[in-house]
Amino acid sequence: MPTKKKRSKQWELRLYVAGQTPKSLLAFANLKKLCEQHLAGEYRIEVVDLLEKPQLAKGDQIFAIPTLVRKLPTPIKKIIGDLSNTERVLVGLDIRVCS
Amino acid sequence: MAKKPKASVLGPGLDKAATGIQGLDDLTDGGFPRGRTTLIVGTPGTGKTLMGVEFAIKGAAEYNEPAVIMAFEETGEELAANVRSLGYDLKKLAASKKLIVDHVKVERHEIEETGEYDLEGLFIRLDHSIKSIGAKRVVLDTLESLFAGLPNAGILRAELRRLFGWLKDKGMTSVITAEAGNGHLTREGLEEYVSDCVILLDHRMEDQVPTRRLRVLKYRGSSHGTNEYPFLITDRGICVMPVTSMSYADGPASRERVQTGIPRLDAMLGGKGYYRGSMVLVSGTAGTGKTSIAAKFVEAACARGERSIFLTFEESPGQVIRNMRSIGIDLGRWIKRGLLEFYAPRPTVYGLETHLVTMQRHVEDFDPRVVVIDPISNFTTVATTRDVRLMLMRFGTFLKNKGITALFTSLTPGGENLEFTTVAISSLADTWIFLRDIEIGGERNRGIYILKSRGMAHSNQIREFVLSPKGIDLLDVYLGPSGVLTGSARASREAEDRTQIRRQQQEIKRLEADVRRKRAEAEAQIAKLRGEMESDEIELRQKLTFAKNGLRAQGEERKTMAKSRKADGENAEKPAGRAQGPRRRV
Repeated sequence: MPTKKKRSKQWELRLYVAGQTPKSLLAFANLKKLCEQHLAGEYRIEVVDLLEKPQLAKGDQIFAIPTLVRKLPTPIKKIIGDLSNTERVLVGLDIRVCS
Repeated sequence: MAKKPKASVLGPGLDKAATGIQGLDDLTDGGFPRGRTTLIVGTPGTGKTLMGVEFAIKGAAEYNEPAVIMAFEETGEELAANVRSLGYDLKKLAASKKLIVDHVKVERHEIEETGEYDLEGLFIRLDHSIKSIGAKRVVLDTLESLFAGLPNAGILRAELRRLFGWLKDKGMTSVITAEAGNGHLTREGLEEYVSDCVILLDHRMEDQVPTRRLRVLKYRGSSHGTNEYPFLITDRGICVMPVTSMSYADGPASRERVQTGIPRLDAMLGGKGYYRGSMVLVSGTAGTGKTSIAAKFVEAACARGERSIFLTFEESPGQVIRNMRSIGIDLGRWIKRGLLEFYAPRPTVYGLETHLVTMQRHVEDFDPRVVVIDPISNFTTVATTRDVRLMLMRFGTFLKNKGITALFTSLTPGGENLEFTTVAISSLADTWIFLRDIEIGGERNRGIYILKSRGMAHSNQIREFVLSPKGIDLLDVYLGPSGVLTGSARASREAEDRTQIRRQQQEIKRLEADVRRKRAEAEAQIAKLRGEMESDEIELRQKLTFAKNGLRAQGEERKTMAKSRKADGENAEKPAGRAQGPRRRV
């Protein structure tokens, strides 16, 4: 678990994958790129491989792979898919309000 | 509680997993197909979830087949609360590693789709749960929630197809619930993926009575009942009543006889009464004493120490007890001794299935040897004749299987065809006693006869049935040239008969006296004749003696003369002596 930083805008993101599948790798790459662009220095990404820790799937109500969970800021948001639709990811994470 | 599933009638075929749901295993000839997926389809509120959950719970608790319930609609707590009322403790089963409830929450507004994905997460969760308890059963309730939560139906369908294949590969006996759809069997067409066994649930109003029904739409590779079967959600779970799939009572029929409580009726039934475990139907027009015969039977059973249930659908127990007291039957004391139980629901409070189940429940709990339903004809207020007939058939078979003697009364409407029961169950009855009014001379009297009694010699006589404070009595009816006479007509005929008999007796006496007199006369004449004869004889004898004496005197004279003459000597005497011999003997 990433430690909380005493900053008003701290992003905690968790990416659930199942093994090193192309979809998972693509999702991680997309996420990394997006965070660097929009949340530089304000984010933490944790990757959870459910093949190794299947018991974690229940806690965050994971059924689709890959799933990105915004743990902070609250409320919790869930984004499923390989994150290739950047626009929707930004809307989903509340980084950009849809116009 | 749960029976071992019966062997398939088709012999060893499809391996099945018993559902443990009352009646369903009979219908499906053993349960759901093992290692395959069963689809339960129904409109909301038909009991799909409950059936799935019960399948899982029974597997875990009774068949040693741990189960995973993946609930898409209800949380574990909600499910636990729902089945707690059925006497199952999900938490305890979970604690003993027999059952896992995994609630999968799919909230559309929390989810953003941003590209390609699959449902591997679901597979992993399910796989993890299965492995952690060694599950054999999986219940997915209701997968369609995924369609509501995930916009990309294309991905979903592909993934579901994969899921069902995966479950099969894992050897899981699975149950999937689905909403019934318009035009399709299910709303999302899940039947395309699941084709081994499909169960259809339905909930509809019939004559203002809600009725749940179940149908096995499809069962690949297995025989199954094809009808719609009513089922109930009771406080012990789902209870299906396959009326027609039930075979006849198992085992040999009892040869034991039970007394009817009315000695004369016993006499009419081959001298011994009903067969134990048989079904007796007492039908008749209004006020002919059906309940009295039933009460007498119950009283006799209680007096033998046998437990009895009196199901009354017409009167309250208090009313029955009071009324029966008026003919000398005290049912109250048997209730106090715990041998008799009354159960008196209004027919209209439930549907037929609920009646059936509650009646069966009472029988199972009380364990009686005798059950009375008074009357069965009242059920027609809540259901069609056909349904009532099926229900009674089912109940009758149930009682027969338990060796319980059943007595059903049925009200026959007046009219032409009296030998007719409203619910047409006469063919089910082993013994059918018929009560009817006989109207003669401005009176109604009760007549009783036995229409049939399978497997025993029985009387073909009509008897008059008399209720009095002393009880029930059967009298011979008067059979005269003018037909059957009862009541006071019979009494007056009998009085006439008695006069007639008296007259005849007097005649006999007179004739006997005549005979005596004639004999006396004749004897007197005989005496007189004998007297005459005797006097004649005396006279004749005197004459005879006189004649003999005369002859002897003559002989003496001749000897004297011969002596005096000294003439012929010895020779003259001999012929005279020879002639005298026979005469002396006279």
